[in-house]
Amino acid sequence: MMHTESLKIADKTFHSRLFTGTGKFGSNSLMETALLASGSELVTVALKRVDLANEDDDILKHLNHSHINLLPNTSGVRTSTEAVLASQLAREALETNWIKLEIHPDPKYLMPDPVETLKAAEELVKIGFVVLPYCHADPVLCKRLEEVGTAAVMPLGSPIGSNRGLEMEAMLNIIIQQSHVPVVVDAGIGAPSHAAKAMELGADAVLVNTAIAVSNNPVKMGEAFKLAVEAGRIAFESKLGKASSKAEASSPLTSFLDQ
Amino acid sequence: MSSFIDIFAQHEWHKTKNRIYSKTAYDVQVALGSSTRTIEDFEALISPAAEPYLEEMAQLSNAITKKRFGQTIQLFIPMYLSNECQNICTYCGFSLDVDIPRKTLNDQEILSEVEVIKSLGYDHILLVTGEANNIVGVKYFQHALKLIRPHFSHISLEVQPLDQEDYELLTPFGLNTVLVYQETYNENEYKTHHPKGKKSNFLYRLDTPDRLGRAGLHKIGLGALIGLEDWRTDSFFTALHLDYLEKAYWQSKFSISFPRLRPCAGGIDLKSNMTDKELAQLICAYRIFNEEVELSLSTRESESFRNNAIKLGITNLSADSKTNPGGYANREESLEQFEICDERSGATMAKVISAQGYEPVWKDWDSVLQ
Repeated sequence: MMHTESLKIADKTFHSRLFTGTGKFGSNSLMETALLASGSELVTVALKRVDLANEDDDILKHLNHSHINLLPNTSGVRTSTEAVLASQLAREALETNWIKLEIHPDPKYLMPDPVETLKAAEELVKIGFVVLPYCHADPVLCKRLEEVGTAAVMPLGSPIGSNRGLEMEAMLNIIIQQSHVPVVVDAGIGAPSHAAKAMELGADAVLVNTAIAVSNNPVKMGEAFKLAVEAGRIAFESKLGKASSKAEASSPLTSFLDQ
Repeated sequence: MSSFIDIFAQHEWHKTKNRIYSKTAYDVQVALGSSTRTIEDFEALISPAAEPYLEEMAQLSNAITKKRFGQTIQLFIPMYLSNECQNICTYCGFSLDVDIPRKTLNDQEILSEVEVIKSLGYDHILLVTGEANNIVGVKYFQHALKLIRPHFSHISLEVQPLDQEDYELLTPFGLNTVLVYQETYNENEYKTHHPKGKKSNFLYRLDTPDRLGRAGLHKIGLGALIGLEDWRTDSFFTALHLDYLEKAYWQSKFSISFPRLRPCAGGIDLKSNMTDKELAQLICAYRIFNEEVELSLSTRESESFRNNAIKLGITNLSADSKTNPGGYANREESLEQFEICDERSGATMAKVISAQGYEPVWKDWDSVLQ
């Protein structure tokens, strides 16, 4: 297999650029097998789903592999105050200072709240968290998050769970071009081709959950995403040719200069 | 301040009913083919014209539910705190005029119930009472929540409608969700079934979800009792209510239940019967109309219906239910609100859910969250 550049976020190096979620699978053992097939090394898990008081929590038991890093997320919180509390709880219980910051006060479309997210990100960075914020594909917001010290930005490709792909492509392009921290396209990636496309655009990684979890064969789909992300990254590293709508055999406007 | 009462006033019961019953196969096809669906589409989906499309509706509902909720089913359990009630409801076993021994749990009894319920594996609990403000009012609820909160990550309440300020006094004690069913949206019929007590005030009840929204409740549960009036028309109004509330209180989550009336002490003959096929149609119609709403099914339904409903669009199931105060620690069958139909345990339900390739979810919230 061809090797792609590894990805560094804060103090960790990842060989796989496919990050995954843990929800929606029909069972935790199916989730485990699918995530192993995907090769993912960063796996996000909702704090609200884990029984932190229980050492034998079934979700965590199935994620206990040396190459899998846990990324607890704050799904369910509606304000920055709740997000900070939830993050502290996760840090204590799961022994990681990494946090995927998700604040979506709107339970219908799960749209991230930019104001609360920025506020919480700033606070969490100050108290020592490695913060990966889920946010809108808003280039200014992403710069603001970077400025308060987030370790990456995670703009959405399209509404979460929608499987609609990169509907925010124009904004994602700007974010990728001007970001100094890794850009992880999160939400909306519904097919391996969407993931490949995000990588071709120059995203540093993608996060996929629904498309793997609810497919008819999550294990095969996990592998398909793995291959798509690798292919997209290899294509990005080897620079794609420029797309054109017509053949350009000559230079009609400047060829006179050579005569 | 907006209220559903204003929207409700624009819809007349009989005209609504006629509209639903005159929907055609073409209307159903349009509803099924749309990418975003309106309340008119919902009317078509619950109409008799949609019956031949039930399998297609089920497949669509299944796919939409999977996309949003994944292959998961959440489990919860009700806990009855009291059967005291000052209302007369013609269909209810707790009605003031039904001669049954009354009971309200004290601290020790609440904790004994909690102990048994925890041993069954539950983490989401639904607290239920009748309406008796002098016995089970805000103070009692605050105290009960204080006792119960350390043991559960999600607490729901199904009690008498309260004022907005009262709900605001309960959320700091760990209240996450409130269920309040309108029973029927037909005002005249409502008055026949609720002749006495505070509950006879139709508009106060109708306004309750608005008060819950203003109080910032995390989740609000709606529903109409099936059996009092024409279920299709009542379901239209429930969907209309849901549609309004989602826009007015965009930070709250919503759930729908479909309580079909069950036999109880002193119960009435039902005006409107609903077949299993019709209940399946209604479940699918809600899901196709609203991709995000939680759909909850209780132990009122039969084993076989509940087994099959897992794939129809249901997201939440109760199990192990006892509908009498103290029913878990003290297994004597008495003082029940209604007889349940599916008596299987949560552990058995979890196996049934897993066998269909779904994950039974016991915990999906945390006490750190409102």
